[in-house]
Amino acid sequence: MITFNNVSKRYSNGFEALKQVSFELNKGEMAFLTGHSGAGKSTLLKLIAAIERPNTGSVLVNNLNVSALKSAALPYLRRNLGIIFQDHKLLFDRNVFDNVLLPLQICGFDHRESCKRVRAALDKVGLLKREKADPIALSGGEQQRLCIARAIVNRPSILLADEPTGNLDAEYAQEIMNIFKSFHQVGVTLLISTHDAGVLRDDQVRVISLKQGEIQCTTSALTTATEAA
Amino acid sequence: MIHLLTQSLTTLLTAFRRIFASPVAGFLNILVIGIALSLPTGMYVLLQNAQGLVAQMSGAPQISLFLSMDAAQEDVNKLRRLLGQHEGVANAEFISRALALEKLKESTGLEDVISGLGNNPLPDAYIITPKQTDAKSLDELRNALQRLPAVEHAQLDSSWAYKMEALLEFARVAVLILASLLSLALIAITFNTIRLQILTQDDEIQVSKLIGATDGFIRRPFLYFGAVQGLLGGIAAWLIIATSLLLLKAPLATLSQLYASNFTLQPLSLTDTLSLLLFSVYLGWLGAWLSVGRHLSRIAH
Repeated sequence: MITFNNVSKRYSNGFEALKQVSFELNKGEMAFLTGHSGAGKSTLLKLIAAIERPNTGSVLVNNLNVSALKSAALPYLRRNLGIIFQDHKLLFDRNVFDNVLLPLQICGFDHRESCKRVRAALDKVGLLKREKADPIALSGGEQQRLCIARAIVNRPSILLADEPTGNLDAEYAQEIMNIFKSFHQVGVTLLISTHDAGVLRDDQVRVISLKQGEIQCTTSALTTATEAA
Repeated sequence: MIHLLTQSLTTLLTAFRRIFASPVAGFLNILVIGIALSLPTGMYVLLQNAQGLVAQMSGAPQISLFLSMDAAQEDVNKLRRLLGQHEGVANAEFISRALALEKLKESTGLEDVISGLGNNPLPDAYIITPKQTDAKSLDELRNALQRLPAVEHAQLDSSWAYKMEALLEFARVAVLILASLLSLALIAITFNTIRLQILTQDDEIQVSKLIGATDGFIRRPFLYFGAVQGLLGGIAAWLIIATSLLLLKAPLATLSQLYASNFTLQPLSLTDTLSLLLFSVYLGWLGAWLSVGRHLSRIAH
């Protein structure tokens, strides 16, 4: 589903974010992307959504070389991806409902169908009762869940999450992880970046570990957690 | 199709809402656009009216052919034949010197003075209606007629109308230049308004792009805004012109009465009104298009 072939990314200021990265993520697989901040996790996720382009190598999503995609084709790639941004990127000029509605407006869904889908997505993340609230009035955990609702309302086959549990306490973080697991169970491909080893402890899922832009190891979560301990 | 229509309608309503969201700024923008458009359009209206006036006053051009004082009846008849055969002449009306004197007495009321002259100072004359009425053929015809025997002087009656026509042409070009400059100003106004709007909605644009919005989707509300603002500006221009014409009506009526004329100002025709509105919509659209295009090319990712 997602394939990286010898991908390198150097930013214009000379910083080399990724060096010769290769890995493959199968359809329906769930994987964690770990590493310290600055290890290249966000860059890797941005390359999948073609928010950044690699300097060398190729990134394939659904056998489509996204690193060579024309900019006019980008919107259609991104509609197949659900992206949960590190900085949320919520819109504070509209309520919870309208934030989740935006992707459907962009895709041109009809209004009644859109409303149904928005409510289903909000229900999934437990925010159905807050649909009229302003995002600014939500707690950190609720904002994160709103972000997830917006990412899944389109029913994408791939979900990318950049530090979704970054600033949350353990209880909230576990809640978010449970939501992700439920998507995994219905066949969504997930790639979740985190620097928080705690959330991995009880998960038997794949971990891709980055260090200074290089893949250090890809292993199961249990061993990583043990190593960390 | 229906879906696309409702989506467009929603976007259109959003555009209106955005204009009325900041009523003062919106109103000032519309006023500036209205004034900018009303200047050339108003001058155009005056020009149209002046043109109508010139056409009404000059009528068909004529050439007066004055015969020499010593022309005999024989010469007059000969000239009649020549004029009848001349290819540039549509009609030739003979006015004898006696008739001309009669008319002069009637129209000036100077009967006493004229009677006191003793003998008739006026020559025989032909009034020629030419076939071709453009300035060049008229001039050629006049020169040709001047050379005919027994003709003392050939005078083109409506040469002043052609001078006036040339003056109007000059004014027309001036209006065109003014209209072009103010159109550019209108585009600039819209460009700037949209630029400010884009700045306040930068978050929405960025997020929309990241979750799969096409450039067209992002552009559409701004284009509609530009078009709506242009339309309202066009309507403002129309109102300014209509009010001005209304205010000018009374003084003009007095003026034209003094000149024993029944001239009234004609308002903008329906076609001209539609052209004005379409043009202002188009300019608003264009300004918005340029503005969003510039922004989109900057945030390309």
